[in-house]
Amino acid sequence: MAMRHSVVMDHKRCRGCTSCIKCCPTEAIRVRGRKATILPDRCIDCGNCIRVCPHKAIKSVGDSMGILKEYAYCVALPEPALYGQFHHLDNVDVVLNALLKIGFHKVYEVAKAAEMLSDYERQSIKQGPAAVTPQISSSCPTVLRLIRMRFPKLMDHVASTILPMELAAILARREAMEETGLPPERIGVFAIVPCSSKVTAARVSEGLSRPVLDGAFAIRDIYLRLLNPMRALEEAEPMSSAGIMGLGWASCGGESTARLGERCVAVDGIENVIEMLEEIEDGRLPEADFLELSACTQGCVGGCFTVENPYGAKMRIKGLMKGQPVSRNRFTLEGADRDLVRRDKQLQYLPTFVLDHDREMAISKQLRIQELESHLPGLHCGSCGAPSCHAFAEDVVLGRASVDDCIFKVRERMRTMAGKEEADDYLPPPFRRCQTDTSRR
Amino acid sequence: METIKLVYPVEGGDLIEAGEASSKMKLTLKKLGLPQDVIRRASICMYEGEINMVIHADGGQAEVEVDADQIIIRMQDTGPGIPDVTQAMQEGFSTAGQTARELGFGAGMGLPNIKRYSDEMKIETELGKGTTVTVRIKIPQ
Repeated sequence: MAMRHSVVMDHKRCRGCTSCIKCCPTEAIRVRGRKATILPDRCIDCGNCIRVCPHKAIKSVGDSMGILKEYAYCVALPEPALYGQFHHLDNVDVVLNALLKIGFHKVYEVAKAAEMLSDYERQSIKQGPAAVTPQISSSCPTVLRLIRMRFPKLMDHVASTILPMELAAILARREAMEETGLPPERIGVFAIVPCSSKVTAARVSEGLSRPVLDGAFAIRDIYLRLLNPMRALEEAEPMSSAGIMGLGWASCGGESTARLGERCVAVDGIENVIEMLEEIEDGRLPEADFLELSACTQGCVGGCFTVENPYGAKMRIKGLMKGQPVSRNRFTLEGADRDLVRRDKQLQYLPTFVLDHDREMAISKQLRIQELESHLPGLHCGSCGAPSCHAFAEDVVLGRASVDDCIFKVRERMRTMAGKEEADDYLPPPFRRCQTDTSRR
Repeated sequence: METIKLVYPVEGGDLIEAGEASSKMKLTLKKLGLPQDVIRRASICMYEGEINMVIHADGGQAEVEVDADQIIIRMQDTGPGIPDVTQAMQEGFSTAGQTARELGFGAGMGLPNIKRYSDEMKIETELGKGTTVTVRIKIPQ
């Protein structure tokens, strides 16, 4: 099954500038016919391309608020990163109350579910060390997809818990059913998320065979709608339900801190995450108990759907922690309900990068790739639409590109036809062999 | 049967950069769809060999040959050579200098680890001339 994504191209805006292809950690973008295109099997929804696109041509589509009308009763599940987006906010209740003014009937904080998950983890830690260490956090869907694609050996290390927003959705729907007597399908449960990868995760869960959310809205889209009701709010009814630990999940390190007493490593930024996974894969960090890995800089506050700078957002959330209890929620579910927090399906290896499923064929393809790459200039100029000469060689061998897409290869042909000097004129200045005096032009 | 050949120069004097060849090799092996365990063992051998070349021999070169049945890694340097191979193979024995130890290397597990994770290992060494460590890792069908 093809992977589903929430990162999409706006081809009207895209000029084919190649900025995005180089920043993609899985080399999932190619420029073809002046437009960037995404190789859907490779995209892990990290949002890097959305951040770097100078023409704002890459977007992630959250759901539209109109969808709320399809349900009799709507629950908002705000991720804690939302609280860091507002200047001068001194009380989370203001945000939560305002959510009730823009179409939601009830609010269930993701930070509350996060505290329950943390307590669940602490209870597990007490029962002894995990079978496989270090355990890797399962809370960033982009990291999970990356592991499934590039680090399949580490799938066993990934914690078996679902996302906080998923637990929040399950519990919120239950509560709403009890309170309203409505059947589950009449209740809409929507997360308010900081990133594209959680929008995707709301539609296709990494850990649950059936999605538990009815949709996800981008913090960026909700933000503007909230400003007026927040300003107009005369009195904020107390609604907040999470303490310092739950709020802490908004930035990288928060989940680790809430585990208490373990040797945790918290890594943010997708490149750093990849480096760390390489080390873990080689067994080079044996002393760590737990790895918290966030694809975005500073964690969820750095998501591509946020409004504010991640560092400022983190500071504001710290401010909101003042005077709060450490944690306000315990994991008290019992019996079969205890398993609600766990994945109901195994992580599946995505052999996206494997050249061929037949080993001999894969070797043969690799040889052709190496042979072709040795004749490429190694400048990674991007003119062919691929992020590097190696990626281009792979594309050619896998039938995604033609050798003539490389302007240097074309120049070689020109040379035999037109002679040395003229052929060089077909190249842009940085690539010309002979120095030209630019001052005269 | 076709054989892939990969060559990685290993820069001397830079322990921080050590591991690069191992990472690059790993990426290629993954693209070939080899079993995870084989990839892991090959990268450990390569990593330990790289560290050895950096610490003891001011760098060297790693050559990897991959076909459908096996991976051969040949790590070649022109360093001082190993005076007593039996001793060097003992766990915990190390002649690594102070700098390497301060960085957490020199635990005397390099060669023993290479032996543990490979199917065959051969050390050719000559004092003053250099050392070549060759390992073979079988790929189960």
